[in-house]
Amino acid sequence: MILPFFIIIPLLTAFIITLIAGERDNWAVILSILAVVSLLILSVYCFVSLNGRTLVYEMGRWQAPIGIILAVDALSAFMLMIVSIIALTAIMFSVQYIRNLSPSWKYYALFMLLTGGMNGVIATGDLFNLFVFVEITLFAAYGLVAYGNRAEEFEASFKYAIMGSISSTLVLVGIGIIYSATSTLTMALIAERLPQNPTVMYWSGGLFVAAFGLKAAIMPFHAWLPDAHSSAPAPISAMLSGVLIKALGVYVLIRLFFNVFGEMPVFSEVFLVLGTVSMVIGVFLALGQWDVKRLLAYHSISQIGYIIIGVGLGTTLGLLGAVFHLLNHAIFKALLFLNAGSLEMALGTRDLRQMGKVSKALPVTSFTSMVASLSISGIPPFNGFFSKLIIFIAAIQVGRPVVAFLAGLGSLLTLASFMKVQRYGFHGEKTVTADQAKVGWGMRAAMIVLAILCLATSALVIPGVREVTLDPVVEVIMNKTGYITRVLGR
Amino acid sequence: MIVYLLCFAILLVGIYGLLVKRDLVRLIIASGITGYATNLMLVLFGYKRGAIYPILEKGKAVSERVMVDPLPQALVLTSIVIELGITAMLVALAIRLFEKNKTFDITKIKRLSG
Repeated sequence: MILPFFIIIPLLTAFIITLIAGERDNWAVILSILAVVSLLILSVYCFVSLNGRTLVYEMGRWQAPIGIILAVDALSAFMLMIVSIIALTAIMFSVQYIRNLSPSWKYYALFMLLTGGMNGVIATGDLFNLFVFVEITLFAAYGLVAYGNRAEEFEASFKYAIMGSISSTLVLVGIGIIYSATSTLTMALIAERLPQNPTVMYWSGGLFVAAFGLKAAIMPFHAWLPDAHSSAPAPISAMLSGVLIKALGVYVLIRLFFNVFGEMPVFSEVFLVLGTVSMVIGVFLALGQWDVKRLLAYHSISQIGYIIIGVGLGTTLGLLGAVFHLLNHAIFKALLFLNAGSLEMALGTRDLRQMGKVSKALPVTSFTSMVASLSISGIPPFNGFFSKLIIFIAAIQVGRPVVAFLAGLGSLLTLASFMKVQRYGFHGEKTVTADQAKVGWGMRAAMIVLAILCLATSALVIPGVREVTLDPVVEVIMNKTGYITRVLGR
Repeated sequence: MIVYLLCFAILLVGIYGLLVKRDLVRLIIASGITGYATNLMLVLFGYKRGAIYPILEKGKAVSERVMVDPLPQALVLTSIVIELGITAMLVALAIRLFEKNKTFDITKIKRLSG
């Protein structure tokens, strides 16, 4: 059974790093790279070998209603793969970045804890176990946001931790209500027993929308995100914006509201409204920013809006768009944050007004950021265009022309805002002195890999490729009874 | 019923504190209070009037008296440990914030905005 290794490998690596690490971070780097590479191999193998099955692992051989189970289906394997890809590129980027910032094995231990927590959230089939892994992930995230040891970082981390503790309270109340109604915490069994009790579904559903919406930074709950994501070290911003808000927020919302609760029209409407609001307002707030990382953080809110719109539409096409955009956003937003990190390292500033003709000094950073900007703005050959187009068509198909219009408008404003980044940040008139030695081969390789993926993932829309990659994921989401029977092995 | 209402009142006290207070230490205490209310609520869900502790004893029949549900108690134990960790983290952050800013007042700590 390979399932427990998704949790064992990162957690064990974190503990071994704390045990054997000395003054230098060499061992920590080697161990964490080994761990992340093996996670990537495992998750790709898992996704390829699934074939529509669900892998179930019973912890300690206790059967489902009593013990805790891990259940990995196509959706989980897909998410595990995204986490591993972004974690690998972030670690590649970190090696030199963290040596320039303040080298320590603590960074790598926390990083592995973050990865392990996210893998746990994705792989588990038990509601309370999910809560515990969410807390592990957030705990590592608070520490990593405050890693730079400056006043702003502590402020951002404190804000994040207070918001996180509010959302944890809401999750716990929701779990308590569900347990009191169904006497079980296994998600598949809850899915079977809950529909007899619609009131409970509305109460706990509302709590979960607020709680996991807070973690996904959907609009009314977004206040912590720009601070936390712009204060963290660049590879951690890439992890937080690239995968954490999706693994803890969007993935859990999809799993709960499609596989456990079943589709409920009220919540679909709520998702549609919240998604549209965060998409439009997020991009407007991003337009006025001059701090490049803060600008990217506001774009994360806006792009999460697109995914939530796809989820709220609730059709096969809408969910296909949502899942596809989830993958694409992870790739290009991670790339953009890594670009911002290498800019900050080489120029010593994050303010777009103080940048200028960077394209000469940092050719790789400049080129890859161009690719990522085109992807996020939805320019044709890149992946962002296709996923946005699918969401757009899905919105028109179900008779929501207003949502479709706003999605188009949001895309235009995104383009405008990234024109500003390119114009001021990379192709300005001012000549700047950039310290090229600070952007080493590891950082450049990470950016190039992500830039290639930006173009390569466009291939997922080709029907033959889509049938083996995205379609099984959407099938899992749409098929509630299939989820119950496959997890419980009936 | 009255117990649940009182429990809800504690939760409201905690949320009021989180929303209104402007002092780092008070915020941490308020987040603790919301946690206590949640834990109390979980224990109440497993409680039955007149039931005994959920331990099977040798020689006694199981159905002699009704037992309380042990699972919420296990959940509460886990959640208390998590809260301990979060509170320690918050306190550590508050100490570092005080060192940097020389104040506990969050209206005076605002380097991040916009």
